[in-house]
Amino acid sequence: MSVRRPRERSVRPRPLHVRLAALVAAGTFAVAALAGCSGAGSPTPSATAAPVTLTVFAAASLSGPFDEIGTAFGAAHPGVTVRYSYGGSSDLVSQLASGAPADVLATADERTMQQAKDKSLVPESALFATNQLAILVAPKNPLGITGAKDLTRSDLKLVVCAPQVPCGAATDRTMQAAGITIKPVSEESNVTDAAGKVTSGQADAAVVYTTDVAKAEAAGTGTGVPLGVDQTPNRYPIGVTATGASGPNTATAEAYVAYVTAAEGQAVLAKAGFGKP
Amino acid sequence: MSREPRYAVPGWLWIPAAAGLLFLALPLAAMVVGTDWRHFGALVTSPSARIALWLSLRTAAAATVLSLVFGTPLAVVLARARPRGHRQLRALVMLPLVLPPVVGGLALLLTYGRTGLLGRWLEVAGVHIAFTTTAVVLAQTFVAMPFLVISLEGALRSGTGAYERVAATLGAPPGLVLRRITLPLVAPGLVSGTVLAFARALGEFGATLTFAGSLQGTTRTLPLEVYLQREVDPAAAVALSLVLVAVGALVVLTVGSRTLGGDHG
Repeated sequence: MSVRRPRERSVRPRPLHVRLAALVAAGTFAVAALAGCSGAGSPTPSATAAPVTLTVFAAASLSGPFDEIGTAFGAAHPGVTVRYSYGGSSDLVSQLASGAPADVLATADERTMQQAKDKSLVPESALFATNQLAILVAPKNPLGITGAKDLTRSDLKLVVCAPQVPCGAATDRTMQAAGITIKPVSEESNVTDAAGKVTSGQADAAVVYTTDVAKAEAAGTGTGVPLGVDQTPNRYPIGVTATGASGPNTATAEAYVAYVTAAEGQAVLAKAGFGKP
Repeated sequence: MSREPRYAVPGWLWIPAAAGLLFLALPLAAMVVGTDWRHFGALVTSPSARIALWLSLRTAAAATVLSLVFGTPLAVVLARARPRGHRQLRALVMLPLVLPPVVGGLALLLTYGRTGLLGRWLEVAGVHIAFTTTAVVLAQTFVAMPFLVISLEGALRSGTGAYERVAATLGAPPGLVLRRITLPLVAPGLVSGTVLAFARALGEFGATLTFAGSLQGTTRTLPLEVYLQREVDPAAAVALSLVLVAVGALVVLTVGSRTLGGDHG
């Protein structure tokens, strides 16, 4: 703590204005460095034939198929590298609003895309996939869960998404429409965490997306059970962002969105358990 | 403040020092600037915020008590009894301090989870830890106790030994030496260690999220509430964060800087 008030006993005191100048210079330097950092991710508008790095912000549930699409898209467009940032849809929108550099945004529901549009972050979007809710239970369904009505069993440790996030909002809506009152032991902040509570053996059942069920079944860590009640599927929109539309990556960003909505992209999404829009 | 004479620092040192200070202070300033002050009161006193704060205070207090009950003896044994391999033991105790929170959560899950090392036997015995407030307290104790142990052990090693030896040669049994000499001498270290442990428990996030789940009033502590509110109401998330910053500042200003600064010797 000897940094505090060193002027008192400094052996060779420097004039105050020299030290002030140093402080101001340091401050300017730090701010410039920080500003440089926040801009480091954005593509540089330089030569036209230079390699292109496309930045895609996508909902966490899309990570599997989008990684595959990115590789295939890169192979079909030499010089193009697709780089992903996966996260909760609302989170991605707030990151975009704070100036995060992304060329394409894909969210897990229309509500969050509408938020992006309201903030003029994404001019236009198109629907490219749907996702439904299902029940994820331990492998081979040891408790014999047959549908949503069994989720009220008192001996059952049930995990859902919090109503604040897309999968939780959908769960709430669906259960209310079916007149089923559930008592979850945890309301997770995202669907991956909810599924994880079952695949790790902590909970008996989770209401998640069919795509999460597909992932768990492929890994042998869970079994899916249909809800067995009416539900409105979540619809996934995708769009080129305002930054993407005005920058040097416009053509590539549009080609990427077209690729996702066309046959090649749709085939990958269907394989991961997504439905047609 | 320290009593040793000060040395003049080279003038150029001020430039990186100021940059470093700015780097640390700027995000906190941004948080203060970014807070919706007009609605601050309403945001931090919403029912969900109050429930989360109350849960946080209760669990952090419980974790602090557990840290004291088990951490104090651990520190005394490490510093005084010097068991074989005490250096390695000290490193082991410090490990939760440097682990990424989510790693700590996974470790707890593999221990106390339903299929965990200990958890599967607890399940058989009818003790369910997952998704309960107990899980939150366990997660908080796991990250908080090392602060107490290291803080106290540092104080113990800083030269109370002579008094203890004198007391012992005058015929005081070990229990009396501990009660009347050792603990009073290290009381400041014990207090600051306790406060730091409490603050660390209050801020626990990763292990709780991984291990305990998130349910209002049961496992959703203030940091988890901030994490969730970010999705729907970023203004509320920032306001609640500021509450945690204020608590942290209070802790650091009262005892933390003294202990962490190493001025106690």
